[in-house]
Amino acid sequence: MSESFSVKKYLRDLKLPFCPGCGAFTVMNAFLRAVHELGYENLEKFVFCSGIGCSSWIPSPYFLADSIHTLHGRSIPVATGVKLMRPDLNVVVFGGDGDIVGIGLSHFIHAARRNLDVLVIMINNMVYGMTGGQVAPTTPFKVKTTTTPYGSFEYPLDAVKLAVVAGANYAARWTTAHPTELKEAIKKALKLKGFRFIEAVSQCPTAFGRRVGFKTAAEMIKWFKENSITLEESGGLSEEDLTTKIVVGDFVHRDRPTLIETIYAVIKEAQESE
Amino acid sequence: MKLIKPGVYFWQGSEACAEAALLAGCRFFAGYPITPATEIAEHLAKRLPQVGGIAIQMEDEIASIGAVIGASWTGAKAMTATSGPGFSLMQESIGYAFMTETPCVIVDVQRVGPSTGQATKCAQGDVMQSRWGTHGDYSAIVLSPNSVQEMFNLTIRAFNLAEKYRTPVILLSDEVVAHMREKVVVPPVEKLEILNRRKPKPGERAFFGREEVPPMPSVGEGFNVAVTGSTHDEFGIRYTADPGVHRRLVERLNGKVQNHVDEIAEVEAYNIENCKIGIVAYGCTSRAVYDAVEEAEVRGISVGYVRLKTLWPFPEKVVRRLAETVGKIIVPEMNLRQIFYEVARTAEGRAEVIPLNKVGGGELITPEELLDKILEEVGRNV
Repeated sequence: MSESFSVKKYLRDLKLPFCPGCGAFTVMNAFLRAVHELGYENLEKFVFCSGIGCSSWIPSPYFLADSIHTLHGRSIPVATGVKLMRPDLNVVVFGGDGDIVGIGLSHFIHAARRNLDVLVIMINNMVYGMTGGQVAPTTPFKVKTTTTPYGSFEYPLDAVKLAVVAGANYAARWTTAHPTELKEAIKKALKLKGFRFIEAVSQCPTAFGRRVGFKTAAEMIKWFKENSITLEESGGLSEEDLTTKIVVGDFVHRDRPTLIETIYAVIKEAQESE
Repeated sequence: MKLIKPGVYFWQGSEACAEAALLAGCRFFAGYPITPATEIAEHLAKRLPQVGGIAIQMEDEIASIGAVIGASWTGAKAMTATSGPGFSLMQESIGYAFMTETPCVIVDVQRVGPSTGQATKCAQGDVMQSRWGTHGDYSAIVLSPNSVQEMFNLTIRAFNLAEKYRTPVILLSDEVVAHMREKVVVPPVEKLEILNRRKPKPGERAFFGREEVPPMPSVGEGFNVAVTGSTHDEFGIRYTADPGVHRRLVERLNGKVQNHVDEIAEVEAYNIENCKIGIVAYGCTSRAVYDAVEEAEVRGISVGYVRLKTLWPFPEKVVRRLAETVGKIIVPEMNLRQIFYEVARTAEGRAEVIPLNKVGGGELITPEELLDKILEEVGRNV
């Protein structure tokens, strides 16, 4: 199946905007490969919502599909309106860490709480890449960025764990060093209902990698590979040991009733009771 | 489908707004509770599911307008309702809706500001926010009802204008009109003019240009529509480097409103060709005009007025005509001069423009106060 795969049939004939070595290429490829392997010949059954930032350009306007490129942080509310009125469509949100858990954090938590039927793919490069490398909610402690020249004095946010406690039906984390696992997680998520969240830890060689001492994107991917441990392996480690590790795998996989199920049940009830 | 039956009702303004929205075809509401707009959300929360629609309380006003925009792109007629502080939060997204040509209706039930101000009291302080709230160059369509019946009528008109011009439309109400109860006549549905957005034909692709109001596809119809708030070409493709592309886009978007002022800008005009003194009023404040004018006429003073049912685009022509007739125009407002300056700009010195302002406590300008002002101005000069 993968022999016949070509990203081109899912893309508009436009030059992609990403810097050389950007992790967005890997995530785009993993997503389109997942779609292909699930048997979708085109993206007609999908609607993509994204916000502001490099990773929001993955679907918009490059996917040959309906895409709504919204304001910074507001992709999830817009996706809410789309999904509620068109439950038959697959609504997928792409965004960066700043977009999804910075400015858009409240929408993220509430969508997970509501168990809104969307798949959110967050490309986490630990920095604000498009604006040139400022500190993000996901920047590791003590790491220098353009707005934390003495090192970040804040603790980073674990978006996957947050999705779990907020109520997501599915939450997973992989890195660009795990393209196959990432693709498989996307495939799994696309077959599920409710709020699904995948974090893809990704390299930004331009605004982050260089600054923290990685000479190339490949070096950074190698670092991801060497410092990732599975959720199972992480069980015996202390919190301190884990600060330098990337825990990967499925964090939750459950089947709570979704917002579409609960809200349409209300409509049915209201129409019958009249 | 259980829409309201034709007949005579005794409604609060908020109820009239909600029922009119349903008749206009609204099937999606997202909002966040805020005094004095909450009754619209509560009414629609009950009524929308009954007609197969969706009402949802979002986590804030920003999420509410976002969901409305998303719903609109599925082809649904969608609205939200809020008050001043919530309206401020929505402003960035209103600009997005303007730029992406997303039809939707935003009801702002004005209360006293700035800030939390007086949450339960009436004011008219959002006139300029409704015109210039978002950043960049844009043209707002803003309607201003002065009765419960008009809340009903203008809600339907707001949806029609949104659909016709593919743009957000603001219904700028106020606490008094939204909360008071009055008689409302609901005509049979077939007597109502209900407009729907123009849909593209198969193969069409220029959803953001070529025509003044381009056809609007919905998502999931196979048109592969790319929607973006960034400067884009007629196919929706981001194009932020070229000043010409931006100019063409933004001039067209503004032109959609500015080239159709005569059709959009509705007023109620009375005696403007023969009067001695004029009044320009709108919203709840304009309710004082009728009695004041009658009383003045009893005293032999001929008063003319222009009541603005559309605040923006500003009905310049009729206000200018009034200015040519009279020596003075009184502008009563529950703010510290907002439409006043627009009237003065439009009058261009042809008439003296006199403010009559009242803020705080939600107290209306009474017919007596307006009459006193008329007598004062006539006695002194005219």
